[in-house]
Amino acid sequence: MNRDSNVYTVVYASIMVLLVAVLLAFTSQALKSYQKENEDNDKRQQILRSVNVTATADEAKAKYEELIKEAFLVNDKGEKVEGDAFAADYTKSFAQKTYPVFIAEIDGQTKYVMALQGTGLWGPLWGYIALDADTNTIFGTDFSHAGETPGLGAEITNPGFSQQFIGKKIFKNDTFKSVAVVKPGKSAIDQDYVDGISGGTITSQGVDKMLFDSLGGYVQFLTSQKQ
Amino acid sequence: MGLLSNKNKEVLVSPLSKNNPVIIQMLGICSALAVTSKLEPAIVMAISVTVVVAFANVIISLLRNTIPNRIRIIVQLVVVAALVTIVSEVLKAFAYDVNKQLSVFVGLIITNCILMGRLEAFALGNGPWESFLDGIGNGLGYGLILVIVGFFRELLGSGTLLGFQVIPQVFYDWGYVNNGLMILPPMALIVIAVIIWVHRAKNKELQEN
Repeated sequence: MNRDSNVYTVVYASIMVLLVAVLLAFTSQALKSYQKENEDNDKRQQILRSVNVTATADEAKAKYEELIKEAFLVNDKGEKVEGDAFAADYTKSFAQKTYPVFIAEIDGQTKYVMALQGTGLWGPLWGYIALDADTNTIFGTDFSHAGETPGLGAEITNPGFSQQFIGKKIFKNDTFKSVAVVKPGKSAIDQDYVDGISGGTITSQGVDKMLFDSLGGYVQFLTSQKQ
Repeated sequence: MGLLSNKNKEVLVSPLSKNNPVIIQMLGICSALAVTSKLEPAIVMAISVTVVVAFANVIISLLRNTIPNRIRIIVQLVVVAALVTIVSEVLKAFAYDVNKQLSVFVGLIITNCILMGRLEAFALGNGPWESFLDGIGNGLGYGLILVIVGFFRELLGSGTLLGFQVIPQVFYDWGYVNNGLMILPPMALIVIAVIIWVHRAKNKELQEN
């Protein structure tokens, strides 16, 4: 057979593309349910980490059901709206100004867990932040990223970074201020701040903006919950 | 011909030093810069590339007598991309944490010049077993450089290895400071250059005039 003929080339390419497409579609379908479960458990682990509970993927579900008492969506006016807070796609729900809230009970204390959505240097950032019952003091945080540089921006997932937020306040004199992420050694005026990542300036700024923007959507809800 | 005849041994071992893909063939430099700021991603990347280049080599070698010459690069790309996607899907289902580690690198594996280089230069002209050995050898040769660079960058840049603190606190108390420049890309290039320098100094026949 003439391997350089046009017919051979076109037929070869078509068969190859078809085979690969079938193979990829099959793999994706066959593994979907496993992947979904892994993603859900990963999400549960992230939420649990924001209330300072570490769980392995296997025990995440049980721990989550034990500690998280309630999950619902609120809009930017602080009213509850229809929807599944856990399964929702947060990029979409944030665009529609609805925000997930998880109520956790840790040692008899109520904690409010809220989702964060933002962008870093290379791709999306997201995370969860837990507030004490006073809806002001940060109880814990957890950050994740899609593709920040290892050793630089990716360090935001490090507990050394996220634990700095514990005890910081997001309101000053009843005005929403968020928590600033500043260059190490610098400080912020009139609001609480933590040190950013050296060499990860854009990612640190992304976290700063993510906190301000995402928490901004919860302000009405948090004010209404204040005891 | 035995499974590990002298020629095959040569195929497997020469990429580790005399024909190293990174420091002699100058391939895969981009990912060597990107993933070596820490030792752990460097190791993960080294393993992934070794697996992918070995299997892509075998597949292309099996197909080598059917591939139309004019679209051979496209065929190679499709094989590599399909392989990488399947591996990443399987990891996502059964080793989710590894997949999260890898997510950044999947794209880098596909575009890694070592893959195309080996497929084009070796697998198209050799049998599956030799191609497999060639893939393993080149993957390890690449991994070796990555691990060396990752080791020095993490040690001097963060004072840790695989995330564990190795430089004692006493040093910091005496005024030792981590070199922040080590975790930035330019130092990866300089570390690789130093490796090349040492390597050429030891192997005089490799020096160009």
